[in-house]
Amino acid sequence: MDRAFFLNFVYIISAILFAFGLKFLGSPVSARKGNSLSSLGMLLAVLATLTSKDIISFQWIVVGMFIGAGAGIFVALRAAMTQIPEMVALLHGCGGLGSVFVDWSAYHNTYSMNLSLVTSVALYLSILIGGVTFTGSLVAWGKLSERIPGKPLLFTGQRWINISIVLAIFILGILFILNPQHYAFFLIIFGLSLLLGILLVIPIGGADMPVVISVLNSYSGLVACTTGFVINNILLIVVGSLVGANGIILSIIMCKAMNRSLTNVLFGGFGAVKKSSAQTTQKEAKPISVEDAALILESAKSVVIVPGYGLAVAQAQHVVNELCKQLENNGCDVKFAIHPVAGRMPGHMNVLLAEASISYDQLYEMDAVNPLMETVDVGIVIGANDVVNPAARHDKSSPIFGMPIINIDQAKTVLVLKRSLKPGFAGVENELFYYDNVRMLFGDAKESLQGLVSEFKTK
Amino acid sequence: MDPLIYLFFILALSIFLGFALITKVPPLLHTPLMSEANAISGITLIGAVIAAGSGAHSALTIFLGVSSVALTTFNIVGGYLVTERMLKMFKKKTSPNG
Repeated sequence: MDRAFFLNFVYIISAILFAFGLKFLGSPVSARKGNSLSSLGMLLAVLATLTSKDIISFQWIVVGMFIGAGAGIFVALRAAMTQIPEMVALLHGCGGLGSVFVDWSAYHNTYSMNLSLVTSVALYLSILIGGVTFTGSLVAWGKLSERIPGKPLLFTGQRWINISIVLAIFILGILFILNPQHYAFFLIIFGLSLLLGILLVIPIGGADMPVVISVLNSYSGLVACTTGFVINNILLIVVGSLVGANGIILSIIMCKAMNRSLTNVLFGGFGAVKKSSAQTTQKEAKPISVEDAALILESAKSVVIVPGYGLAVAQAQHVVNELCKQLENNGCDVKFAIHPVAGRMPGHMNVLLAEASISYDQLYEMDAVNPLMETVDVGIVIGANDVVNPAARHDKSSPIFGMPIINIDQAKTVLVLKRSLKPGFAGVENELFYYDNVRMLFGDAKESLQGLVSEFKTK
Repeated sequence: MDPLIYLFFILALSIFLGFALITKVPPLLHTPLMSEANAISGITLIGAVIAAGSGAHSALTIFLGVSSVALTTFNIVGGYLVTERMLKMFKKKTSPNG
């Protein structure tokens, strides 16, 4: 059989397996099968490529695979579930740089020949997007792992520096596309793209990282796609489009959940322009003791728990599961209401709760749980703040106005587990704390939960 | 006809396929979705093995070949493994008192 035909035939099978892999992620029951099918597709594609006539020596391939697989196994098995976002950011960066090196290698071998217009455009886009993906992901990784401060880093003239870099990349790009034999253009564009990646992500705050990761995910797909055009490979184009679409969809979902536009997140420098909300609500928040809170929970027939990232920071997921079991033993129905931006990346909170052995059919999306809220006896807010602030519904002057929230205030009684009345990330005071049906259980979330659990045990 | 047009044809259809498949994934699984998508974007490994195995001559091409293979393999292996670890955790309770 013709070798090239065989290779492309295997690529088609791989593409189908990748598509099924994503399709099976549509349900938690079939998701693991999907992941296996997808990795099988990858294995087939790589093995088939290794038989290609273009490959004449294997030593360097073996060296590279050995290093990469070793590092991959090490990082993947060691990462805690709270560290998944930073790990994914690191993987995006490495994938982006790997693709750029493939393009560079192809360019290095052919630059003296006359490259076609499409090849040089694809090369240009590859090194631009790949460079931005690499350094942008590294900065995101640094922010998520708190190796660099998560606060938006702003300096004077930042906008002008960014605009001039973008302009330079654009002009050099035209020059490069018209004269692809000039190696210097290639290198300067790559260097500027690396710089641009850093400058684009440092002004973005830690809480906006779910959007940044999604956008970088999309970029890592786009690079694979443009690389496909550089080396004329169909599979790269198919996969790149799938991943690109994935990142775009997730970015849109995250932005909607924060009621902000993508441009506002990426270029807004959120946190720098904070309105001083001069609301001096002189109302009293009503504190409650652990004993009284346990009594309220004991008589509850239905409970909705709203977890925020504070829950994960306090490492309280397992205690929540314990409380959840005790409530169920008491004949109570327990649901978890998950806001899309509850974690550090899309869907992150679900993973954190699944890790604590909480059954996934108890994890409800915001839109699924809101209509039920008025029938709920007790709502428990743990480590969440802005996502339950009713001001988002009615207070037009509030910076978070319009953001979709979990309407926990409509539950008959609400317990808020919180250290103090301090405002959340957006710097907005939460009027929920002063509502008549709300009781504040002050203190460390984990300790309060442990207190509730032991109160139940003694009953 | 220029074979290039086929590539664009495939590009267009793949984008539609991507949107159709991914909008069906529930928010519950968005993190594993992203890590799996991340793993498959390491498909550029098939370009990297050709870069590393086509008899590289200069130090630069050897460096580019080896590092692209290492980086994309890292992306693939790390991505699939961490997805598998996460998906293993998603369990449904068998009995209410379980």
